[in-house]
Amino acid sequence: MSTTTVVESWTEGPLVRFVAQASARLVVVMTPAGQVLAQHGFTRAVDLMSASALGAAIMASSGEIAKQMGEPSFGTLYHAGKKHGIHLAPCETPRGRLIVLTVFGKETSIGLVQVFFDEFVAALKQAAPARQQTGPVLAADFERELNNSLASLFRR
Amino acid sequence: MSEQLMRALDRLSRVRGVRGSMYVAAEDGLPVAQLLMENVNGKVLAAFAASLARKVSGAAAATGGGRVRFVQMLSAGGVLLVAGVGGELLVAVVADPGVNVGLARLEMLRAAETTA
Repeated sequence: MSTTTVVESWTEGPLVRFVAQASARLVVVMTPAGQVLAQHGFTRAVDLMSASALGAAIMASSGEIAKQMGEPSFGTLYHAGKKHGIHLAPCETPRGRLIVLTVFGKETSIGLVQVFFDEFVAALKQAAPARQQTGPVLAADFERELNNSLASLFRR
Repeated sequence: MSEQLMRALDRLSRVRGVRGSMYVAAEDGLPVAQLLMENVNGKVLAAFAASLARKVSGAAAATGGGRVRFVQMLSAGGVLLVAGVGGELLVAVVADPGVNVGLARLEMLRAAETTA
């Protein structure tokens, strides 16, 4: 059974609604650094971590290409496969810029995903708390925070 | 090709009560060409028309109904019509409840043939 788990509770309502409306199979809400805030559909931590790292990396590299071409950013990225499609898009929230990776199958379409993604972004913007000032990331804290996130996401 | 599509949509828009018409990529649910009144959201219409066509086709296949050619959905606010179901491009129309569905259907099937 697919589950939705969140690290930051404000993401849960909008994410559950988006998954149901868009019939998405997998969704990851993350920061541009690849830190996962919420997920749906992943059952293994290793899959989630690699998906978020790859999603963040794709956005970073396409953002860099955009910069070199004088574009502010490329916005949404969509790949169509034989069985699955992926939709990767940024969204600006009071919490800061987030990236949403959505994997969907033939039971839905990119058109529907886009329509409900717009609603998802609006709901995230409304639910998001203001950005908090954070200190520098220390190596000692990093592993602990990563483990805490994984524990929240997979209820370990 | 784009001119041909727009001509077909223009003919459709002349049917009284039609508020918008569009060609939709059946698999993606994205608009290909559209002629819509200001208050009609093309992105939403395309996504739902493709979804409706897919679900009705699935239901017809599951119940031995064969290939679906035309879908008519009547709601309180208007009518959604979809033609060309089963092909790569759908023709979708959103219209007032009192639209002459027979006439709209004829033009829609012609519009669907444009892309065949």
